[in-house]
Amino acid sequence: MIEVSGVSKRYGEKLAVDDLSFSVQPGVVTGFLGPNGAGKSTTMRLILGLDAPSSGAALVNGKRYQDLQAPLREVGAMLEARAIHTGRSGYNHLLALAQTQGIPRGRVDEVINMVGLESVARKRVGSFSLGMGQRLGVAAALLGDPATVILDEPANGLDPEGIRWIRNLLKGLAADGKTVFLSSHLMSEMEQTAEHLIVIGKGRMIADMSVEAFVAQASSGAPVRVRTPDSVALTAALIGAGARVSAEQDGALAVQGLTTEQVGELAAAERLVLHELTPVQVSLEDAFMSITKDSVEYQQA
Amino acid sequence: MSSEVTLARVTRSEWTKLWSLRSTRWSLFVACLAMAGLGPLIAAVSMAHWNQLGEFQRLTFNPLERAMGGYRLAQLAIGVLGVMVISGEYSTGMIRSSLMAVPKRLPVLWAKLLVFTGVAFVLMLVTALISFFASNAIFTEHHVNQTLGSPHALRVFAGSVLFMCVTGVFCTALGTIIRSTAGSISAYVGLMFVLPVVGDILPASLSNAINPYLPSVAGTEVASTFHDPYTFSAWGGFALFCGYTLLAVVVAAVLLKRRDA
Ligand SMILES: Nc1ncnc2c1ncn2[C@@H]1O[C@H](COP(=O)(O)OP(=O)(O)OP(=O)(O)O)[C@@H](O)[C@H]1O
Ligand SMILES: [Mg+2]
Repeated sequence: MIEVSGVSKRYGEKLAVDDLSFSVQPGVVTGFLGPNGAGKSTTMRLILGLDAPSSGAALVNGKRYQDLQAPLREVGAMLEARAIHTGRSGYNHLLALAQTQGIPRGRVDEVINMVGLESVARKRVGSFSLGMGQRLGVAAALLGDPATVILDEPANGLDPEGIRWIRNLLKGLAADGKTVFLSSHLMSEMEQTAEHLIVIGKGRMIADMSVEAFVAQASSGAPVRVRTPDSVALTAALIGAGARVSAEQDGALAVQGLTTEQVGELAAAERLVLHELTPVQVSLEDAFMSITKDSVEYQQA
Repeated sequence: MSSEVTLARVTRSEWTKLWSLRSTRWSLFVACLAMAGLGPLIAAVSMAHWNQLGEFQRLTFNPLERAMGGYRLAQLAIGVLGVMVISGEYSTGMIRSSLMAVPKRLPVLWAKLLVFTGVAFVLMLVTALISFFASNAIFTEHHVNQTLGSPHALRVFAGSVLFMCVTGVFCTALGTIIRSTAGSISAYVGLMFVLPVVGDILPASLSNAINPYLPSVAGTEVASTFHDPYTFSAWGGFALFCGYTLLAVVVAAVLLKRRDA
C-alpha cells in the first residue's frame, strides 16, 4: 500500500513533480506511465526516501519510508539507474544488503535462483549484460520478500523471453496480494501486465483509473466501420439519425456519433444488408499518445 | 527473529562490502607492503652506506623515524581507500541501494568508519611492528638499533599507526562530503601534501605561524622525534588533527542526512 499526498519536488528551477496525489493498492499491478521526463523516477525516489519532497508526503504502509524498521522486508525496489557497485559479485551485493536487516544467507541463494542468475552470481557485476543487471535488480527487490514492490522500468534491456518472465512474475506477486507499482514510458508493455494505471505528464496527474476505463474513455470518440452494398441509402439513414459519416478508401463507411449496436439496428430497420460492422479499436498505445500529447516534455521539432 | 536495522547488522554488511571488492583488497595490500617493507628497506640501504657517512651524520642518525618511515607511503593508500569506501558507492549508484536498506542513513557512515578504521588499525599495527623489529634487526649491524623502550620509541610507533587510522576517517568524511572519487582524492592530496609545500614557500615568519596548524603538520607531530620550537607538542598536534577530522565527520553526517541521494 503506497499513499502519495500532495507531493511536489523542485530541483532548482525545475518542478519535476507537481502536487501529485494517488494511492497504489495491494492485489493488482499498478502501472505508472508518462513520457520521458514526466517525473516517474523522481516520484519513486521520493517514495523511497532517497530524495526529500519539497512539499507533501509519501507513505508506505502508513509510514514514511525513513521510519520503516526493516525497510527491505516491507518494500522492495529497483531503480531505473543501476544501484549496484560494479566491482562486487552479484552474490556479495545481495548478501551485503541482506545483512543490514538480518535476512538469512539462504534467502540470497533463493532469490538468485528465482531470477535465474545461478551461473553468474559469483562474477563481478561489471561484466553483466543489461538484462542480467535487471535480473539482479529484481532479485534485490525481492530479497526481503516485501509486500510492496516498486520497479522503475523493469523491462528495460530485457529480451522478449525476459519480458514475459517479468510480466508473469509481477502478475504472480499481485495475485499473492502484494502491492506492485511499476513504471514505464511504453504503454504496450503495460497493456499486458497492469490492471490499474496512473498516468502523469510534466509532473502532473493525467489519469488514475483501471486499464479498462482508460481504454473505454479513449475509445469513446472512435468511429464504427460499416460496409454495405447500398452505401447511399445507409448514409442517408445514418445522417438522419444524427451521425457523421465519411467514406473509407475501401468503400466502407466510418461512422461517428453512434455505437456499433445503434448502427446495426438502424440498418435492420431500413432492411439494408451489411457486409461488415466493426468498432474501430483504439490501441492503448494510441490512447496513451493522445492523452499525453500535450504534456510531452521533449517535443520533436 | 527480530529484523530491524541495527548498527551491528549494518557493520556486518559493511564488512562484507569492504572485503568483496578487489580494489579495496589491493589498496590494503599496498598499504601493508609499504608499512612493513619501506622501513627495513631504508634500514638496509643506510647500513650499507654507513661507512660513507661522516661523524655528524652518524651522530644525528635517526633510526626510529627510519624504522617507522613506511607510514609516509602507507598513509596514501589508506587515505585513497578511505575516500573510495564511500565515493565508490556514489560513482556506481550503490549508495542508493545502501540508503534504501538503511534509510536512517547515519548508521551507514558509522559502520563504514568502524569497519574501515578497525581494519586499518589492525593491519597497520601488525605491519608497523614488523617494520620496527625488522628494521632494528638490520640496525644491529652498526649498533644503532633500538627497542620500543628507547626514548620516544613507543610514542612514535603508536603515533604513526594512529595517524594513519585518523587519516582514514578524515578521508571517508571527505568522500562523503565531496562524493566524487577524483574530487575527494584531489582534496586529500591538496590538504595533506600540497598545502605544506605552499607553506614552505611563504616567508619564514608567515610560514612559522601557519604551518603548525596544517593538518599534515599537526597530525604527524606525534610520529616525529624532534619538535621545532614553534610547532605543537606531539599529542597536542595530534589532538588538533583529530579535531579537524571530527569537524569533517560532523559535516559529512549532516550532509549525508540532508542531501538527496
Ligand atoms: N537530481 C535531479 N536534478 C535536477 N533535475 C532532475 C533531477 N532528477 C530529475 N530531474 C528532472 O526532473 C524531470 C523528471 O525526471 P524523471 O527522471 O523523474 O522522469 P521520468 O518520468 O522517470 O522519465 P524517463 O521516462 O525518461 O525515465 C526531468 O526533467 C529531469 O530532468
Ligand atoms: Mg525514469
